[in-house]
Amino acid sequence: MADNGNGKRAGGWPLLRQIRERDLGGLGETAYSPRTQALHARTRDADRVVRSVCPYCAVGCGQLVYVKNEKIIDIEGDPDSPISEGCLCPKGQATFQLVTGSQRVQQVLYRKPYAKEWETIPLERAMEMIAERVKRAREETWQEEDETGRKVRRTLGVAHLGGATLDNEENYLIKKLFSTLGIVQVENQARI
Amino acid sequence: MEARRRGATIIHVDPRFTRTSAMANVHVPIRVGSDIAFLGGIVRYILNNERHFHEYVVNYTNAASIISDEFRDVEDLDGLFSGWDPEHGKYEVESWQYEGVDSIVPAAGHKEAVGLPGGGGPGRPRQERRLAEERDETLRHPRCVFQILKRHFARYTPEMVEQICGVPPDQFLHVAETLCANSGRDRTSAFAYAVGWTQHSVGVQYIRTASIIQLLLGNMGRPGGGILALRGHASIQGSTDIPTLYDLLPGYLPMPHATYGADLARYIEANQAATGWWSEFPKYIVSLLKAWYGDAATKDNDFCFNHIPKVTGDHSHMTTVAQMADGKLDGYFVMGENPAVGSVHGSLQRKGLRKLKWLVVRDFVLLETADFWRTGPEIESGEVSPEEIGTEVFFMPAAAHTEKSGDFTNTQRLLQWHHKAVEPQGDARSELGFMYHLGRRLKQLYAASTDPKDAPIRDLRWDYPTEGPHDEPNAEAVLAEISGYTVSDGKPVPGFAQLAADGSTASGCWIYSGAYRDGVNQTARRRPRTEQSYVAPEWAWSWPANRRLLYNRASAAPDGTPWSERKKYVWWDAGQGRWTGLDVPDFIADRAPSYRPGEHDLGTRSISGIDPFIMQADGKGWLFAPSGLLDGPLPTHYEPQESIVQNFLYRQQCNPARHEWRRRDNPYHRAFDDPRFPYLLTTFRLTEHHTAGGMSRWLSWLSELQPEMFCEVSPALAADRGLRHGGWATVTTARAEIECRVLVTRRMASLRVGGRRIEQIGLPYHWGYTGRVRGDIANDLFAFVADPNVLIPESKVATGNITAGRRAQAGAARRRQLAMAAGDATMAEAARRSHEAPLRGAGPPLDQPSILEPKS
Repeated sequence: MADNGNGKRAGGWPLLRQIRERDLGGLGETAYSPRTQALHARTRDADRVVRSVCPYCAVGCGQLVYVKNEKIIDIEGDPDSPISEGCLCPKGQATFQLVTGSQRVQQVLYRKPYAKEWETIPLERAMEMIAERVKRAREETWQEEDETGRKVRRTLGVAHLGGATLDNEENYLIKKLFSTLGIVQVENQARI
Repeated sequence: MEARRRGATIIHVDPRFTRTSAMANVHVPIRVGSDIAFLGGIVRYILNNERHFHEYVVNYTNAASIISDEFRDVEDLDGLFSGWDPEHGKYEVESWQYEGVDSIVPAAGHKEAVGLPGGGGPGRPRQERRLAEERDETLRHPRCVFQILKRHFARYTPEMVEQICGVPPDQFLHVAETLCANSGRDRTSAFAYAVGWTQHSVGVQYIRTASIIQLLLGNMGRPGGGILALRGHASIQGSTDIPTLYDLLPGYLPMPHATYGADLARYIEANQAATGWWSEFPKYIVSLLKAWYGDAATKDNDFCFNHIPKVTGDHSHMTTVAQMADGKLDGYFVMGENPAVGSVHGSLQRKGLRKLKWLVVRDFVLLETADFWRTGPEIESGEVSPEEIGTEVFFMPAAAHTEKSGDFTNTQRLLQWHHKAVEPQGDARSELGFMYHLGRRLKQLYAASTDPKDAPIRDLRWDYPTEGPHDEPNAEAVLAEISGYTVSDGKPVPGFAQLAADGSTASGCWIYSGAYRDGVNQTARRRPRTEQSYVAPEWAWSWPANRRLLYNRASAAPDGTPWSERKKYVWWDAGQGRWTGLDVPDFIADRAPSYRPGEHDLGTRSISGIDPFIMQADGKGWLFAPSGLLDGPLPTHYEPQESIVQNFLYRQQCNPARHEWRRRDNPYHRAFDDPRFPYLLTTFRLTEHHTAGGMSRWLSWLSELQPEMFCEVSPALAADRGLRHGGWATVTTARAEIECRVLVTRRMASLRVGGRRIEQIGLPYHWGYTGRVRGDIANDLFAFVADPNVLIPESKVATGNITAGRRAQAGAARRRQLAMAAGDATMAEAARRSHEAPLRGAGPPLDQPSILEPKS
């Protein structure tokens, strides 16, 4: 049956093939039908394959992101990676669901003080409100000097805690902007 | 596993027998919180049996350095080093210094845990001259580091290890001997630790002890050696390199302190080293300021140095949260983080969130930190209601790594670029876009201001090109700024060696300089592994300068030849007059092994041909740390904040310099033998979940694999406490009471410590009160107490109690009581069932937040 891989013998009534191939259990390659012969991995139909990195832990396994019609259709391990050689752990293998799953919130949610439920507000409105709140907090809590008269030029009224799954470029803008605003309580998962 | 396939012996030391243990050759169960005693025992074994790598130790470590005669060890002072200031609860480091050196030896990186240079004392940390320290290369001088080390660890005998750690001597000796037999010229051994090692009140000293072993055995800077941190987040290394941390600027430059950083000259004076690589410090800070403030940064205005705010002490996460709980903060940004579950003492975390004016959470899903005011345990119990919580909350959906370009730095310092595959949906945006547009709006809001305090915002260089339907900034443009360029023509610099202190170059993070060398995104390189050497130098890019193995000069003998053919890596090519090898040499490329600096040489000229540890002022690996640590120059076994035994070594029970938060809402147990809390608690992770669950507990695939919160207990403990496998248990500390399913397993060993049986309870910490699978929060059990050097909480060990059955659920319990009082058996039964029936984590999937179907 070594030559059955190309599907030449897939046609015809399976029972005859089973007898011919002495595959009475029907568990060998005689089980192929023309339909199953034509099956192939959906990754083969991708419009493009994008190189990526697993977003979970710090090992940094390589990922290949398969895209078709501007939608992600699969995420697999990257065999070229010297780190992971194509492997992904259970979390890495679940990346497809992480990025495409219905659990992801798509709208900005807003909770008014003392409210019992969330409401939705437009993204631009939320950005405007956040910028105004940063400015107000900065004005109200600005410290030119500390209690012993040393120059500090800062605010202790606003703080930040950042995850360690953000990109370096993102962390850079966080540190650059918040430091410039005088915010010193900028912290990270690395301290936790 | 690859190493084992090639014949390596794998030793797994862990309180629990895990799936890793199953793959290892040896598993050693150990009491949580006792690792320094175990590792210290190995140090003693190496020294007493003369198993150290002599030539390496003499030439590459500070073993031969002689320490001041004022130094006193913990062995002399019953658990304290000399210099202890009981009034301020901290050490003065003067007595820990090298003999003949008139000021504090600067430690690499100047880790300033509480903003004090040099790691402790107010002394001037700068070196005025070449280190004139005295050395004894015979290692016999009674005050040389080697002899101090020997005396310090003399009592860490196999019997003491058994007493403290619960590890029998034969098992301990097997580990020590295996390690020694697999180290030397021909062989190397590596330590791999998960960050649980850091989560102790002596966390930094855990890693220090492993460093001492690795230096003594000659396993640093050599292939197959080292100490490898197995970290849990994709770019946790990156977020310390480009820190979102209060005490650092990018590239491990300290945040300026109000005392030592009043102006640029003083800041540089406090942080520059006269010798070693940190002599280059001014180039890095000036290039950073040029990247941030562009043309506004000139020599005359200190390159806008005073635009950067000053720290005055501890502004770390836990301190900030404690102040939040006291109502001292207005606003909080939480991005890709879930402190309500992932940080210790959740009820204090949530109390802090309740006292804010506003909170911005950016994430994929409505996790516990965003929903604390609606579904938190305090709401469930009726302690507070949403109508009493004034916090305004913004939840901003985040883009995934497939929806934005950028790079992560993995645990081996490799920057790997991920390319955007698709556009984010709905309102989801990257943090890059969020920060850029927030900054743009703030610049507009402040555009008309003439107030000097607003000058930094006006001067901020913030002109990144944007692209795509959402006007997201171009991530490569940000990387190019981080990597650095010449100011006059904007051309990328080749690397940090080309940065200058005169304002002619800009670079946002000097250690990442070169990541955009030649205008090419080096981090996106992906030459297949099959087409290059095992070092794979053309896969992505590592800092610094694409060096894959730090301090790799140590992979060659002092004369520059490889220690052995089997372990050759980087060596001196006498013909070319350069270092060469399989990796980029982590050394000055043309510095000959025979080079010795003159007595007055400063800067990088002071680095001798046999100084592999170029970031240290003396070029040597530090067995003894004269500075840089706030809790002692050598690691010492102290008990955790909460233990079940007294310290067997000293009257000093705990790390005296540990950071405590003494407040009513952060209660501690007795230091040992607290009758209410007779067991040790520890937390762990499951392969199928990710930290606080935000990226795993909402996914059906992963939730199905690990659906429910549980605890692991030994059969003996189960018998003692009547715990049934598969049943419920309640775990209690003074901070919280949580319930979980019981897993009775021999994988949790009962250990004998100090002659008595001790029991440990293992708790995974992934669960919380929102998500597809839900459960109680293990971290709620732990208190605010931290390592003094890095202010990381002691979240891996505490004491606690365990009882069979579910916890009191305030609401259900109260309803049942009322019903019983009213004599209504049916209602009482219904209340009982409502208490027991809905298994937490077994409810219907909550794919979307329930805002769409508001509850009354």
